[in-house]
Amino acid sequence: MDPIHDSARAIAREVNARAVAAVEIADALVPQISRVDAAIGAYRELTPELMRSHARNVDERIARGERLPLAGVPVAIKDNMCLEGTHTTAGSKILENFVAPYTATAVQRLLDAGALPIGKTNLDEFAMGSSGENSAFEKTKNPYDLDRVPGGSSAGSAASVAARIATLSLGSDTGGSIREPAAFCNVVGFKPTYGRVSRYGLIAFASSLDQIGPFGRTVEDAALAYDVIAGKDPLDATSLDRAIESAADHLRGDLRGVRVGIVKEFALSDLDGATAACYERAYADLERLGAELVEVELPTAKYGLATYYLIAPAECSSNLARFDGVRYGLRVDGADVGEMYERTRAAGFGPEVKRRILIGTYALSSGYYDAYYLKAQKARTRIGEDFARAFERCDVIAAPAVSAPAFRFNAKSDPVTMYLMDYYTIPGSLAGLPSLSVPCGASVPLDGTRPMPLGLQLTSPLFTERALLGYAHAYEQSTLHAEKIAAPEVCNA
Amino acid sequence: MTTSAMSQIVNPSETYEAVIGIECHVELKTASKMFCGCPNAFGGEPNTKVCPVCLALPGALPVPNALAIEHMIRSGLAFGATIPSHSKFDRKNYFYPDMPKNYQISQYDMPLTVGGAVGYWLEDGTRGECRLTRIHLEEDTGKSTHASADGRLAGATSSLIDFNRAGVPLMECVGEPDLRSADEAVAFLEMLARTFRELGVSDVKMEEGSLRCDANVSIRRRGATEYGTKAEIKNMNSFRSVRRAIESEIARQIQVIEGGGRVIQETRGWDESAGVTHSQRSKEEAHDYRYFPDPDLVPIDVTAETVERVRATLPETPYARYVRYVDTFGIDSKRATQLVDDHRLAAWFDRAVAAAGGKASAVVAFVLGDLARLANENDVQLADGKVTPEALAELVALTSSNAINSKAAKQVLETLWAEGGSAKAIVEREGLAQMSDRGAVEAIVDEVLAANPNVVADYKAGKTNVMGFLTGQVMKASRGKANPTLAQGLLKEKLGS
Repeated sequence: MDPIHDSARAIAREVNARAVAAVEIADALVPQISRVDAAIGAYRELTPELMRSHARNVDERIARGERLPLAGVPVAIKDNMCLEGTHTTAGSKILENFVAPYTATAVQRLLDAGALPIGKTNLDEFAMGSSGENSAFEKTKNPYDLDRVPGGSSAGSAASVAARIATLSLGSDTGGSIREPAAFCNVVGFKPTYGRVSRYGLIAFASSLDQIGPFGRTVEDAALAYDVIAGKDPLDATSLDRAIESAADHLRGDLRGVRVGIVKEFALSDLDGATAACYERAYADLERLGAELVEVELPTAKYGLATYYLIAPAECSSNLARFDGVRYGLRVDGADVGEMYERTRAAGFGPEVKRRILIGTYALSSGYYDAYYLKAQKARTRIGEDFARAFERCDVIAAPAVSAPAFRFNAKSDPVTMYLMDYYTIPGSLAGLPSLSVPCGASVPLDGTRPMPLGLQLTSPLFTERALLGYAHAYEQSTLHAEKIAAPEVCNA
Repeated sequence: MTTSAMSQIVNPSETYEAVIGIECHVELKTASKMFCGCPNAFGGEPNTKVCPVCLALPGALPVPNALAIEHMIRSGLAFGATIPSHSKFDRKNYFYPDMPKNYQISQYDMPLTVGGAVGYWLEDGTRGECRLTRIHLEEDTGKSTHASADGRLAGATSSLIDFNRAGVPLMECVGEPDLRSADEAVAFLEMLARTFRELGVSDVKMEEGSLRCDANVSIRRRGATEYGTKAEIKNMNSFRSVRRAIESEIARQIQVIEGGGRVIQETRGWDESAGVTHSQRSKEEAHDYRYFPDPDLVPIDVTAETVERVRATLPETPYARYVRYVDTFGIDSKRATQLVDDHRLAAWFDRAVAAAGGKASAVVAFVLGDLARLANENDVQLADGKVTPEALAELVALTSSNAINSKAAKQVLETLWAEGGSAKAIVEREGLAQMSDRGAVEAIVDEVLAANPNVVADYKAGKTNVMGFLTGQVMKASRGKANPTLAQGLLKEKLGS
């Protein structure tokens, strides 16, 4: 048993069988994590004491005869989710010293299932970004190339799993913040249907889009975590009151009889040759597994980015109003309360957060609401209808998760170029659909010499997580792309 | 009108007419706050009734209070409002230190109740009606205390905030500009307060801030159809200050116009001690609240079944009760108001009237007369006393059938108050039944006449005022039981007059 490289499934099996104690796993991992993370910077805060105390608790529960789906599985938590007693910064100066007095529902469910909390992972400030570079603190590095970004916003959650310093992690996805870093880091990243996982305790960016989901090194591990965190939460009015069918126990080995939609508007010819070739191989692999490829149309998908960059900033402009220096977090004093607000928010928020607050405030302003926010909502409805039509012809849509592999730090300096990173992931987010990225090989970046990972995005109709994870598992197990790429050297530190 | 400014204007009330619309906020009575499980209770140590949700900690989410929504439906139905099948919550965005999220969850374009009207009456019994635009549901803010000598923001070096009130469910009632005087405005507010109390949706304690109101006031020349420019008056903390503030504002606007000026649209604060309103904010400085649907909450669907279930439990409204007392029972407006204002007393009264077979005027005479005096003297609520409505009904029956006289009735009531029980039983036990048997009374009359020959002679000589003495003697001889009317009739008969 190897607590560093083994899957969550394997660890839980061993711990439940009392072949290994959760405490031993914690003890083995703590020094390894510190060593490796010194090079990557995936974590904002490590919680070894908390990890050990949870490990002791898990061992006691197992000794009492309980069986826990994530017994002894080390997990990392994106630092926009509250975990009582830990700093919860959302990657922002404004919350640098904020210690959460309560625990997010999704995090609590992981802990109740026997997971061991390693720490809180770095992210783009308030989950706004596609590279991780918008963190107000250190920049998390891509474990496969330390000169490149891990993707964002769930930068540390993807990088930690990739670098074997977490077996599972939680991220949050608003417009691609799980799927894009998963693709860049050669791991599985899964965003469930909007509302499947409680947002209680997740620091809101855009409430109508935010969704928590897991990262794992295998689809099965991601499914295992999903089974634990999904379900109605009385503390989140938008959480879905629908039965959750276990996904981890219903994975499949082939794609016979499955119709896979290939989106006409997402032409691979728009991509660089090596990347396009990688995705073409992925589509061919799906077909080889028995799937029927059908062309589907998403004519409004091209409006996804514009729609998203009105709705998400509008919601964020309101969601982030609570960070005012009055009750918690950073406060920069001023002559009166108005000046205190201004100074606090000027010092506490980074440039991208400020940009989005400004865009959102403008979009909601009297006289502009109809032209921007309302129109964006209408476009969002249309995009959802396009998907519904497409799903009349297919069971799942395959598309690139990213248009190119991970780029170098500071390579994308203007915001719109960065926003375009989410071109393929945003439409599914607007439609609230379950969507994931599964490793599909690698291509050599235009500005590099070494191949870097890519991810295939699979998106399915609302509430069909179980089927979606099944398709992804079949593809993953027949191609084993993640395993074909050597584990990052940094793991051997 | 008490302001000296008024005296300078010649008959302003003949020239101008005021147009007033009231908006008021009422805290709803629920066990927990609007969007979290914290207790909804007045007072307490500062910041003890708080949680991540009502403090707006990062990541906390609101979950709506179902009882508060039901209270809204109840309130709307009581005023004949429409309850739309779809409603939603919106965010009203503005920064204020005692508002934790820096937005208030409120309702913008799809309130829970639409329309309806509030019937009211003035002190002289004149009735009126003010239409409601809407009633919507929102959440309250915390309370700031400014650490300056006089508790005002000016000169304060720091402020303290108590968030116990933050998130308390609040309904905002928006009235149409149908009111024409401060008296009407106060009567309208009193009707809202009475009705919410009756419905059990709020305690409506103005001194605890559970009812707060703003008034939109404008004036126009009598006969004009267009509205004048309005000023919004805030900071009125009692019905008395509402009346004073509106009267003062009407006087101010008349003065402005008479002086050749124009009223500007603005928010004005009522200064209780100075007795005037002060400009606070002009229209140009008004907030852009950037309303949008709250993405943390799902739309509210109110089914027809829910509406009917709530409607079935609606009590009689105080206005309907008043109208019934005045129009059906023939009770005068003042006494009807007294009854309606104490809804437990009114309920007790209604039971007594029913038991008395509808003899409302006899019942009301006791309830607001001797019974009210006894309750007052003993500092006990009438409804909590030992007199049951059924016992009073018996007493009414005994007096109206002349079974006992009014003096005995008083005595029975005193006994009922002290001991409870049945009026009939007391009458029997105490032997208070009135002597209405002609033969028995006649025998006593004969005795009295025989014993007082001189008085009889005086009467016959024309001193008819001795009749009182003789009646008294008959009553005395009968130990108060003789029917006085019968006794007097017999005396007159026997004396040959």
